Amino acid sequence: MMQSVRWKNAGIMLLMATGAVLMLLPFWVMVITSLVGPDEVFQMPPRLWPSRWHWENYGRLFQQAPMALYFFNSVLVSVVTTVGHVLFSAMAAYAFSRLQFPHKNKLFFVFLMTMMVPPQVNIVPLFFLMKTFHWLDSYAALIVPGLFGAFGVFMLRQWFNGLPRELEEAARMDGCNPWQIFWRIALPLATPALAALAIFVFINTWNSFMWPLIVTNSESMRTLPVGIATLKGSFRDTTDWTVLMAAATLSILPVIAVFLMGQKQFMQGLLSGGVKE
Amino acid sequence: MKPHELQERRWAWLFLAPCLLGLLIFTYLPILASLGLSFSYWNLLGVPQFVGVQNYTAVLNDPLFWRSFGTTWIFVLVSGALELVLSLWLAVWLNRALRGQSFFRAAYFLPFITPMVSVSLVWGWLYDPSYGLFNWLLQQAHLIDKSIPWLYDPKTALWAVMILRVWKDIGYNMVIFLAGLQTVPPSLYESAHLDGATGWQTFWRVTLPMITPTLFFVGIMTLINGFQAFDSVYLLTQGGPEHSTELLVYWMFKNAFEFYKIGPASAIAYILFMTILALTLLQWQLRKRWVMYEDETA
Repeated sequence: MMQSVRWKNAGIMLLMATGAVLMLLPFWVMVITSLVGPDEVFQMPPRLWPSRWHWENYGRLFQQAPMALYFFNSVLVSVVTTVGHVLFSAMAAYAFSRLQFPHKNKLFFVFLMTMMVPPQVNIVPLFFLMKTFHWLDSYAALIVPGLFGAFGVFMLRQWFNGLPRELEEAARMDGCNPWQIFWRIALPLATPALAALAIFVFINTWNSFMWPLIVTNSESMRTLPVGIATLKGSFRDTTDWTVLMAAATLSILPVIAVFLMGQKQFMQGLLSGGVKE
Repeated sequence: MKPHELQERRWAWLFLAPCLLGLLIFTYLPILASLGLSFSYWNLLGVPQFVGVQNYTAVLNDPLFWRSFGTTWIFVLVSGALELVLSLWLAVWLNRALRGQSFFRAAYFLPFITPMVSVSLVWGWLYDPSYGLFNWLLQQAHLIDKSIPWLYDPKTALWAVMILRVWKDIGYNMVIFLAGLQTVPPSLYESAHLDGATGWQTFWRVTLPMITPTLFFVGIMTLINGFQAFDSVYLLTQGGPEHSTELLVYWMFKNAFEFYKIGPASAIAYILFMTILALTLLQWQLRKRWVMYEDETA
């Protein structure tokens, strides 16, 4: 009995490990391909370890495409969107949690309803709205529509609801206005939830492709995913896979870094919007 | 009304203003505009003209729309089912004290956070008929004789896109399932064990009924997310070969930004919206019948 259980567990472990190798294999291939020589790319069997490390592939990447600019655009758009999105969500969430005003529940419903609308459904009229605003091919189009979302309001409201009210009452007695209470007391206490939302928004914005693809036109406004897609499209006869994989490797490093820094908060944030409805 | 109440109201509006205005302008206005455009003819110049249901009849009479609609359903259902089964299996085993648990979690979760554009490129390379690792591995394992042109054969291209999706999203579902499994009281497992239940019996009679709320949530999310797929198709296949991977969002994108058929594109967008909405509502209705247990404290 014990013997068979042990065998079974070993079998499960083996399956899990094989699965994990398969999950990580594409990343491995990506990094290694970005570092092999041009002659080694088209070699059979495929190389899973370079004979020599060709770091110059990364140099060639920066020569072939304005990678630094794409990178800068992505960082700027992601950071500004994240900061704004988190702040506006927190403000609305705080109002729904702590302040009294007419039609509160109805308004909250108006907020929640927007979560039912998939962004892709809105993309065509949103494009023409940007055109009307003369925002096409500008940072405004890349940033402003991403500043608002109901998910963060929903999630942070839950968090504010769970905070004790005593500190805020004391501050009110001391003559603080609601903004001061929010800024100095509630917001610092909500740091873990804010961090979770921030990581979430950052990764989403960094990865987003369809919207930047549609609203950007000139090379100087492209974000990293759009830049990479254009780079791929620029190859005619043979694709330079080493350069493409170098670009892909660079594009995933920031999200992995952000994720590793705040893995715990991210997971909690994911779950607060998930299982607990 | 007391003065401080009035003041609190003013503060509340101030707190709400950015998000409320933002959602009105960037979500409510476009969804209404989309509805309006779906009933209009618009050549991008001048004012859109009302044409009734003409766009809808045009779309619904277009065999390419139905092809895309069907492809999307296959994509959503097949990849969704694979995702659910695999991620639940992973979660059940990772929920036990297993060596290397946190490593496995991270490994399975990693693809979910990475940009679809970048991983699509890598997968395009892996699928390559001449130099791709997948064909080489399958040939080494003697599973195939000659290499499969994954992305260039209408019979396999959708599979290639679906496998990529399963790989990318499985970790997300797994994490949600893990959280759901944490809510199952250990005492239930103990009594099942004492009653001599096998692993399978415990799973079917205890685990599964106890996590139905989670199963519903993950089911809804997987369906909805599947309907929104775009990046991988744009990068890997551009809808081809022979329209075999033309998912609905991509088809809408092509109508709007390549053919400049704004009316039909808006009609497609609305059909997509209604499909997703109907699914969500249907799941919520079914939920009442299906869910045997719900954590009231959650």
